[in-house]
Amino acid sequence: MGVMVRIPTPLRKFTGGKAEVEVDGSSVREVFNNIDSVHKGIREKVFDEAGTIRRFINVFVNGEDVRHLQGPDTSVEPGDELSIVPAIAGGRAD
Amino acid sequence: MKSGPVHLPAAHKPFLEKCPVLSLIGGTPLVRIRLPGLEKPNVEVYAKVEYFNPGGSIKDRSVLWMLLDAIRDGCLSPDKTVLDSTSGNAGIAYSMIGKALGYKVKLVMPGNASSERKLRIRAHGTEIHYTDPLEGYDEALREVHRQAEASPEKYFFCDQYRNNNNWRAHFYTTAHEILEQTNRKVTHFVGGVGTGGTITGVGRRLKEELKSIEVVCIMPDAFPGIEGLKPLESPEDIVPEIFDPSVVDTKVKVSIEEAYDYCQKLARIGFFVGQSSGAYIKGVESVVERIDRGVVVTVFNDFGERYFSTGLWGRND
Repeated sequence: MGVMVRIPTPLRKFTGGKAEVEVDGSSVREVFNNIDSVHKGIREKVFDEAGTIRRFINVFVNGEDVRHLQGPDTSVEPGDELSIVPAIAGGRAD
Repeated sequence: MKSGPVHLPAAHKPFLEKCPVLSLIGGTPLVRIRLPGLEKPNVEVYAKVEYFNPGGSIKDRSVLWMLLDAIRDGCLSPDKTVLDSTSGNAGIAYSMIGKALGYKVKLVMPGNASSERKLRIRAHGTEIHYTDPLEGYDEALREVHRQAEASPEKYFFCDQYRNNNNWRAHFYTTAHEILEQTNRKVTHFVGGVGTGGTITGVGRRLKEELKSIEVVCIMPDAFPGIEGLKPLESPEDIVPEIFDPSVVDTKVKVSIEEAYDYCQKLARIGFFVGQSSGAYIKGVESVVERIDRGVVVTVFNDFGERYFSTGLWGRND
């Protein structure tokens, strides 16, 4: 069992339409590195070139914003749920 | 700064007498914007300051027209609850205007709508149904249709994406004010598409009245998106029914980072505006770059205060 990553609709084009993907990794950063090896393109939508989470994107682990934890270095365990949520709503109706 | 006169049909007047707060809607100032990159001889840039509306956004105009028309038509009777989907600004307008008129309001919103909006909406006593943020605004739209279809006797489903009074409000008020405030000298209008109401109403009126008006439409990136604006580029993107694409002459792509940069620049000269206004000014810049003469008008849709929780102005941590 890996970490369950919930994918927002605009990024599902990278996952073949899947709303959730299961990925291995012991930190948020590692999970995104591993996602990108299978579903290329998601990591750069979430992280900038410096490796920090982009300003208008929130990443939650089990409902908690990782900015209030250890950011991309936040530890994750098998069975955890990781969500990618735009900081704003209403931009897209797809 | 030039204040605009308010132009409302006579049928609206009894409602404004009964609910004086509604008389504050519209008639917003048109103000010159002076920023590096927008300064050029013979080119003037103006913004219609829509955050002067009592609900703090341009949505007050369209919601007022949609609700008053529904009351006059009998679609919105006293026993019904006003229902619609929104990401926030329209929700505030529905809540403020609906409550002032004596109606219950229920809104369907994505859970990631900014907390400032949610709090304001709740302050007016509105019921909110939240949808999963991961499913995007589309899920809020689907849910509001489900609720409206399940209980038509209970709700007046205002449906701002299909309601023709949405664009008419801008045809008869916003555009009218722009024509008067610029002495009909406006040459370019820069806007975007949320429901399509503003750009359709203003675009139609300006094109009716002026021979050589150019309407510029801002196109945001799809992800993470710009609050209130739709990308309209991919085949899967929903195009609002009331949006008339024929009014658009030029499209300008703007990223959220560019919108953010312009929000910061505007804040430095005293205008504290939301993301879509920053995006519009980026679009204005692209117009100014290519013209030698003209009067460019855009709108400041809402206040920057509405975006603290989104990280637009930085974070506490």
